Amino acid sequence: MDIRRAPPRSSSGGVEPRFRQVGFVTSAGELAAAPPANVAPAAAVSSSPTPSELSPGPLSPVMIPPPLVPDHLPVPDAAPGLLLPVHDSVTPSSPPPPSSSLPDAGSDLEDDVDVSWARPPPPALLEPIKRDHTEKNEDAPTSVPQKTKLSKAERRAIQEAQRAAKAAAKEAGLPGKSKATASGVSTTMSKQPKTAKTPPKKDVTTQDNPPEAPDKKTGQRHPDRDRKKDAPQPRMQFDDVHRMEKAKRRSVVKQSETEKRVELFRHLPQYTHGGSLLPDLESKSFLLGAIHPSVYKVGLQYLSGAISGGNARCIAMLLAFKDAISDYSTPAEKTLDRDLPAKISSYVSFLVECRPLSISMGNAIRFLKNRITKLSLTVSESEAKASLQSDIHRFINGKIITADKVIISHAITKIRDDDVLLTYGSPSVVEMIFNHAHELGKKFRVVVVDSRPNLEGQGLLRRLIAKGISCTYTHINAVSYIMHEVTRVFLGASSVLSNGTVYSRIGTASVAMVAHAFAIPVLVCCEAYKFHERVQLDSICFNELGDPDAISKVPGGETFNHLKNWMDIENLQVSNLKYDITPSDYVSMLITEYGMLPPTSVPVILREYRREHIWI
Amino acid sequence: MELDAAVNPNPNPGAPPISAYYQTRAEHHAVVSSDWLAHAAAAAATTDGADAAAAAAAADPLPSPGSGGGGVIEEFNLWRRKPDAAEAVAAIMALAAVIRSSRATTMMELEIELKKASDKLKSWDATSISLSAACDLFMRFVTRTSHLEHEKFDAAKSRLIERGEKFGEISLKARKTIAMLSQDFISDGCTMLVHGYSRVVLEVLKLAASNHKLFRVLCTEGRPDRTGLRMSNELAALGIPVKVLIDSAVAYSMDEVDMVFVGADGVVESGGIINMMGTYQIALVAHSMNKPVYVAAESYKFARLYPLDQKDMTPAHRPIDFGVPVPSGVEVETSARDYTPPQYLTLLLTDLGVLTPSVVSDELIQLYL
Repeated sequence: MDIRRAPPRSSSGGVEPRFRQVGFVTSAGELAAAPPANVAPAAAVSSSPTPSELSPGPLSPVMIPPPLVPDHLPVPDAAPGLLLPVHDSVTPSSPPPPSSSLPDAGSDLEDDVDVSWARPPPPALLEPIKRDHTEKNEDAPTSVPQKTKLSKAERRAIQEAQRAAKAAAKEAGLPGKSKATASGVSTTMSKQPKTAKTPPKKDVTTQDNPPEAPDKKTGQRHPDRDRKKDAPQPRMQFDDVHRMEKAKRRSVVKQSETEKRVELFRHLPQYTHGGSLLPDLESKSFLLGAIHPSVYKVGLQYLSGAISGGNARCIAMLLAFKDAISDYSTPAEKTLDRDLPAKISSYVSFLVECRPLSISMGNAIRFLKNRITKLSLTVSESEAKASLQSDIHRFINGKIITADKVIISHAITKIRDDDVLLTYGSPSVVEMIFNHAHELGKKFRVVVVDSRPNLEGQGLLRRLIAKGISCTYTHINAVSYIMHEVTRVFLGASSVLSNGTVYSRIGTASVAMVAHAFAIPVLVCCEAYKFHERVQLDSICFNELGDPDAISKVPGGETFNHLKNWMDIENLQVSNLKYDITPSDYVSMLITEYGMLPPTSVPVILREYRREHIWI
Repeated sequence: MELDAAVNPNPNPGAPPISAYYQTRAEHHAVVSSDWLAHAAAAAATTDGADAAAAAAAADPLPSPGSGGGGVIEEFNLWRRKPDAAEAVAAIMALAAVIRSSRATTMMELEIELKKASDKLKSWDATSISLSAACDLFMRFVTRTSHLEHEKFDAAKSRLIERGEKFGEISLKARKTIAMLSQDFISDGCTMLVHGYSRVVLEVLKLAASNHKLFRVLCTEGRPDRTGLRMSNELAALGIPVKVLIDSAVAYSMDEVDMVFVGADGVVESGGIINMMGTYQIALVAHSMNKPVYVAAESYKFARLYPLDQKDMTPAHRPIDFGVPVPSGVEVETSARDYTPPQYLTLLLTDLGVLTPSVVSDELIQLYL
């Protein structure tokens, strides 16, 4: 482990931080990947991370951390860069919440530098020194070498300048800067190098860390107070001018930061959504040579909510990529296996701007990139393209469509006559199960539980009734009332994590918990391609936030619009979370194409069957 | 051999058929009662007839590749007669013999023969989980090497025979392996609770007694076939202090118990077990009083089933004799087994090692890879 820290810095007082590698990490692969990654952190689509992509089981491509080294800081040498990815992988805890005045208090918890890796390398390197000197306050800068201090001051000045500029711009009534997109884009940019080692929890937390850390270190309480009083700040993750400018230039979707963010979820992107962006984007569609029209179309469909649901989004994305690949031609002086992943990454960053990736999409992208790198160098371009297209086709058919059929055949055996089956939301697989069971002539009835703001259950209800299945419809607040009638609960999932935790539409956990309290078996139906190696303990560290206005706007006229001025109420924040996690204790059985498994067997499937992803 | 068809002592003629598996157990291990004698007589009559038929089939001079079926049942019965042999092991040995005596000339034919034999065995008793699990596992274990297709048939066949026999050997020795592994869990001065008559548990306790460990055993009666009485007999013969409890006295005595030892009829994918009726109750009581529950089960009992609740299994019934005639219009619950979910089990002692319940699925996935 010590090789990674080239300057031993024994002046720290002797105690080197202990590195603990969490998750599936190879030691050699990432080291090679890290220095090139750090040298070009702002490269939108770095081709360097190919080695890291190959490492088995990289942890989550979904949430992407920002580049570790801000552009304007000199990259001292490879070592600190190497240092940081290691740090990433080590600390499992979230960064200290913004309100805590002591950034080091959080990092205090481990020997490792959880906050530091979000900071530029020099202070990170000196974290241990600082801690050893027990300077756990903002005096830290004094122990930091001159170079860092200056740069912090520099950054502070830049920050202030930006704030002033933004305040001016806001008065001018421009839509919010694409700062939020900056974060989205930069996170994508840095995704590749860090993917291999960083647990996505860290990915998310890093976005929070960079802004907090410099603030806390230098400005004591000023940034917070300023932020609250000034015009809405973008997430201050990237107070780096260069990076933000690049992101702004590059960003396609001008997502505006929500004016009021939910403090608990500062580490997640919070946008104002919706239709207001569509006309803007549509007008741009002809201007953007960079984004293939199919990808553009899919992005718009995500943005408007026309396509939702893990499988649908994944299939739409893959089909768009298939089109893009068929129209792709390798530019001169570039090779397909380097350039195409870069192109795919640019598409992915566009899609992320429209809506954060789901885990299923992340896995599919990883698969695709893997297949690209596995292409033999001797094949011609058209052969390569054809092979990739057939790979995509195989993936969709094998991992989604056929898998669904197998899941249905397993699930059917668990439906008996006179069953009352409950489902929540509108999971695509469960709908197929119900349809198939009905075709087989089983006698059962369905309870559809629904919830605001999306009211996805209504669509499911209509479709089931059209098939002739007798249904009951209720909202989630009545789930404990209706649960005593139910015999089985069928749920869908966006993903199942390595410890058997189910990550799915918000509200699922409540339904599962109530079912468990009534001793009713909960069957979660999930294709294996949605499994993920990471472990998540709560719904906060990684999630997706939707449009808060969807919550505040209640249909039914003025009498219900109590929240219509929520933006003006200072103490009020509205959060529209999209996902939650259901602990494995509440799940009786997982139905996948590999059979009916206990939730504890997810890592076994990942271990046994993921190999074919990587090593075929 | 179709005992269930021949004998139906149930007073209500419309009742579900009796499970042959539990009949067998009752015959072998229960105390002799008048009922039992009647059953045995009837059974002997049918079995002789079946045997004759099987012998006739086996005497067929040149069995064509599909006809190994008759022979397999005969072989199976041969092994099964041995009082200590588990049915599943008998099935495994019979299947191994099928390979040996097969006259197929290609892999495909051999596999079809095996499949047929396995189906025949499974249909002998549809309610026995270990039997069908063992057959399935044998098939998977023996045929899983992919490069069988590329080899010459003779080489492949000898490899299959080898594997089959190895599997048979492992299964035969399974009980001894489990007994050895379990010794660490039995300490001097401990009290354990056993339920019903499990040959594996008996083996474990035998070995412990021969190692001069000092322990005592509380044994439940195991109604309705009262197999527990037989168990206590055997234990007393080994010189182990035994106390017999009626089934309802389990919670009462749970305080003095240090651990619960049960066998299993089948281990399911969730990590739970299917065992004689009463196991679930005991596991619940033990769990609520924080006593460990150890299950001694051979690995061939791992089945790809996943019951969600007690009624989610193939029903297996056995006659219950209350000693007095049951009044008409009164239903009797005659299910012979129940399902214990994995959260009430502490450890599984198997010939693959000492495992936690979640490992069962791991093993099954690896085998069915």
